[in-house]
Amino acid sequence: MEHSSLATLIFGRLSLDSLPLHEPILIGTFTGVAVVGVALLAALTRYQLWGYLWREWFTSTDHKRIGVMYMVLGVVMLLRGFSDAIMMRLQQAMSFGASEGYLPAHHYDQIFTAHGVIMIFFVAMPFVTGLMNYIVPLQIGSRDVAFPFLNNFSFWMTAAGAMLVMCSLFVGEFARTGWLAFTPLSGIQYSPDVGVDYWIWSLQIAGVGTLLSGVNLLATIIKMRAPGMTLMKMPVFTWTSLCTNVLIVASFPVLTAVLVLLSLDRYAGTNFFTNDLGGNPMMYVNLIWIWGHPEVYILVLPVFGIYSEVTATFSGKNLFGYSSMVYATVVITVLSYLVWLHHFFTMGSGASVNAFFGITTMIISIPTGAKLFNWLFTMYRGRIRFELPMMWTIAFMLTFVTGGMTGVLLAVPPADFILHNSLFLVAHFHHVIISGVLFGAFAGINYWFPKAFGFRLDEFWGKVSFWFWVVGFYVAFMPLYVLGLMGVTRRLRHFDDPSLQIWFIIAAFGVALIAVGIAAFLVQIYVSIRKRHELRDATGDPWDGRTLEWSTSSPPPAYNFAFTPVVHDGDAWSDMKRRGYQRPTSGFKPILMPRNTPAGLVLAALSFVFGFAMVWYMWSVAAVSFALLLGYAIYHTFNYNREFRLPAADIGRDEDERTRLLAARG
Amino acid sequence: MEHTLTAEGAANPLEFYEAAEHEHADGGGTLLGFWIYLMSDCLIFAVLFATYGVLGGNLAGGPGPRDLFDLPLVAINTSVLLLSSITYGLAMLSARQQHIGATQLWLGVTALFGVAFLSIELYEFMRLIHEGATPQSSAFLSSFFTLVGSHGLHVTFGVIWLLTLMVQVGQRGLTAANERRLMCLSLFWHFLDIIWIGVFTFVYLMGMLR
Amino acid sequence: MSKRLPILWMLPLCLVLAACDRAVLNPSGDIAERQRDLLLTSTWLMLLIVVPVMALAGIFAWRYRQTNTQARYEPNWQHSMRLELVIWSAPLLLIICLGALTWIGSHHLDPYRPLDRIAPGQPVPEAAREVEVNVVALDWKWLFIYPQYGVATVNELAIPVNRPISLRLTGSSVMNSFYAPALAGQIYTMPGMETRLHAVLNKVGVSEGFSANYSGAGFSGMRLTLRGLTQADFDQWVATAKSAKEPLTRDTYLALEKPSENEPIRHYGSVDSQLYAAILGMCLRPGNKCTHEMMAGHAGHHPLP
Repeated sequence: MEHSSLATLIFGRLSLDSLPLHEPILIGTFTGVAVVGVALLAALTRYQLWGYLWREWFTSTDHKRIGVMYMVLGVVMLLRGFSDAIMMRLQQAMSFGASEGYLPAHHYDQIFTAHGVIMIFFVAMPFVTGLMNYIVPLQIGSRDVAFPFLNNFSFWMTAAGAMLVMCSLFVGEFARTGWLAFTPLSGIQYSPDVGVDYWIWSLQIAGVGTLLSGVNLLATIIKMRAPGMTLMKMPVFTWTSLCTNVLIVASFPVLTAVLVLLSLDRYAGTNFFTNDLGGNPMMYVNLIWIWGHPEVYILVLPVFGIYSEVTATFSGKNLFGYSSMVYATVVITVLSYLVWLHHFFTMGSGASVNAFFGITTMIISIPTGAKLFNWLFTMYRGRIRFELPMMWTIAFMLTFVTGGMTGVLLAVPPADFILHNSLFLVAHFHHVIISGVLFGAFAGINYWFPKAFGFRLDEFWGKVSFWFWVVGFYVAFMPLYVLGLMGVTRRLRHFDDPSLQIWFIIAAFGVALIAVGIAAFLVQIYVSIRKRHELRDATGDPWDGRTLEWSTSSPPPAYNFAFTPVVHDGDAWSDMKRRGYQRPTSGFKPILMPRNTPAGLVLAALSFVFGFAMVWYMWSVAAVSFALLLGYAIYHTFNYNREFRLPAADIGRDEDERTRLLAARG
Repeated sequence: MEHTLTAEGAANPLEFYEAAEHEHADGGGTLLGFWIYLMSDCLIFAVLFATYGVLGGNLAGGPGPRDLFDLPLVAINTSVLLLSSITYGLAMLSARQQHIGATQLWLGVTALFGVAFLSIELYEFMRLIHEGATPQSSAFLSSFFTLVGSHGLHVTFGVIWLLTLMVQVGQRGLTAANERRLMCLSLFWHFLDIIWIGVFTFVYLMGMLR
Repeated sequence: MSKRLPILWMLPLCLVLAACDRAVLNPSGDIAERQRDLLLTSTWLMLLIVVPVMALAGIFAWRYRQTNTQARYEPNWQHSMRLELVIWSAPLLLIICLGALTWIGSHHLDPYRPLDRIAPGQPVPEAAREVEVNVVALDWKWLFIYPQYGVATVNELAIPVNRPISLRLTGSSVMNSFYAPALAGQIYTMPGMETRLHAVLNKVGVSEGFSANYSGAGFSGMRLTLRGLTQADFDQWVATAKSAKEPLTRDTYLALEKPSENEPIRHYGSVDSQLYAAILGMCLRPGNKCTHEMMAGHAGHHPLP
């Protein structure tokens, strides 16, 4: 008796049954992952890279390192999220009439939930956060973000959330509720198992990271701009980052709170979102979408900034309508808080309420359209170079406009009544997110890769990836619009009408094309690394850029700028080039730099343990890990020695190296 | 900063760079960053207030505010918290004048008031639960306990932070870094005070009027 | 770049052709038809802007490519007040039109609003009595109770054509969404709450309905048959249903409520008249108090407080 209660105290509801030993797909996946993982660990050990990784990456407080780590996380999770997509498409293409497909409901329902959660939280968010982290300090002429330690911590918290989701694949199971886990389905009565708890804790942990990242970047942009860079002289990407981070700090607390309320319902038996004792599931829907709608603008605003930078640079022309762009961005930011109800017109809020939110949703299309026009008129009378970033941008322009259109259609409540939750809706949001966020991420990656690593990405494989992605996207999602108009709803794993099957098969083929696109992207990176000497960027400015990040070497030194730039005009780097600046090569002063820290990793690891323990009701482990978390955090505050002075000689060495490189190339 | 150009094309290299590195005041962004965090925390409370607003009338046939709230006790609690804000203010004044002993004294008093506040609140919660008005009884009680309890949790963290700071001030004195930390805690503490005024008004006083 | 434009033009046509004989774009009910019309009108309005924008994108990308040295190059041209005016006001005008359509449409097609017509040009006859159906979304099937006739069915909604239908909807466990595309747009069903749907079916025929909100393992099988019948056939149907042996009592309901999937159509010959109210009030089981007895001052059926 005592023994089993001790076991319960330590292991909670975790047991050998929690391992999916009877599911061949998962066993196969685990074996694959384990093999690759072990090989990777072995290679790292063989080449003695642990010290390097620890010093240069894991404990780094350098925003550039952290930015790259975010991107790597995003790419890895893209592979997981995309595998989910492949599985779903296959199931839906197969499961007609007598055939039930190969995925039972128990499995399929986790896959579509995980797919959404992973793509939004662990692919799209890391991509935009990584790009903002890397580029914004460089664009504003600063040495790092305002809180470098916090930056490291934010990254590891996001990674910890991702680890928790990945854990759910092999230990226990994930939620079977859809990516936003509506109550009462996600309440303890209808989802008593660990799935929703995994969902809650991975989002809560990652959410803390994102919120603090928002605070960090906001303080950075407000406080750390180079002298002379007034707000209206900031690069547009910095402007969109500013607005994005405002959205983050003003929306993620809502997610934090609603997750707490759901946790209380599940763990403590409270009645916020239950059916009885006064609970109201509609409250959950409202709260989660009050977060959810700004979230999609958090994803899309940074890439709008990327498109602005890319369009201006590759048209060899000033961005058309800079002020207009800024105002449009701010308007979008404000309006994004006034539209959330359009996600549930069908919940019965009444005609006037529905119409109000429908109209506000449509109003957002006005500044968005203004941005698109401004990009078009930047191209007008420019000299357009179709490098990969620009190709992605033009694909975005042509594709996003129809995606936005379908959004406005859905914003008409009576029209939404016939299309809500259908495959038309699924097509719409993939349409705007893929053409907006994903194409933008690829544009940004191709654009800034040389800056980050000192060599360009291979163009041929980039183009292969591009075409397969773009064509694949259309082939995969246009059939979904058709199916939605045929009345097919989302999240189904079986169909009776055989005439629908052809459309699902076409969509599956589209996904295959996208798979090639992703593979080509990975090949692109591999090939580029192999050909890096050929593709080297010696000048730091391979695209004839316009903003300050291009004034540094590729990659920039740890301190970014030997001397803080002084800005006179927008497009500061263009301005400098035009006025014949000369790079100073002497007179360096020591620079104050943040030290590395293991604190972020440790705190995130403890958070992971805490989250895992809470999922499995391992109360003692939870209590201990929480106490350690608190204790370590307090201990960390006793560290007052967080900076060091980089000697002028070190700076001189880096700068001389660059001078040599520039001379050799010239 | 206006610089006149010399000849066309040729410009003094330093026109585009700052030769003399003025390190912005160590931690200049800290206060702004903390404000931003505090506003996000405020939003969490806003959600809890909204939840209480929507669900607070759902008594599920059970007891309501009039049946449960002990206003005199709440008044004492409120006074304790408001007093703690005053004593924290006195601590800050002493810190400004570099009187480390007085600072520590007032910080200690503030901590005591904080603990007193928490004790009274815990007593109130225990009493309610003992009477059968548990957080699980109804949506009203769930939102009540969560809103008031979240505030209490924040005060708890505030007290822990306060004690930690007392140790750090004792160790290193009133350095610039410690003054910054005291300032941040000051913001936090007064913020909790303001939230409590919201709780007191919206939950307790208006609850009696429902 | 411009190679891709032809594909984009063709796609909308394919979409229309493939889907235009299905229930969403070719429904049998007046409300659903008007919803579809609103969708199409909005689409055409938006295309007024979307098509020129895409054309401009293609034209500009092509004309101002670097290799085309004929084109004018003005690297510093970045501002034009007139152009800005057009850029902001054209979409604004469009949105004003769409907004007006939205406001009017949302009110006329409000599911809570009783019908104002049976079909275009055909107002609701004075004598026409609404057919009332109470809908309960269960795991994972649909229960339809006809309070006027004292019958109930599982997964079959039979209604007479050209008579106003008044649905009252609720659920038993989690959120679902009642959707019969031929009839009208969808409406959520939520336990302890009642939503409403007013619609009319104008054509005889059989079509399908389903839940449009994921609700768990049996969701894919949660389908209903919508049967549009003439008045005579409907009366016949009611008589047939009445002859079914099984009654719908609290006990048979509680048995039905247990989770099950892919339920075949079933009829109940009699219905406990208090049953729906008890389902709505969540007080079926002895000892549970009905929610409307417990709520402090919550009147009306509108689910949003």
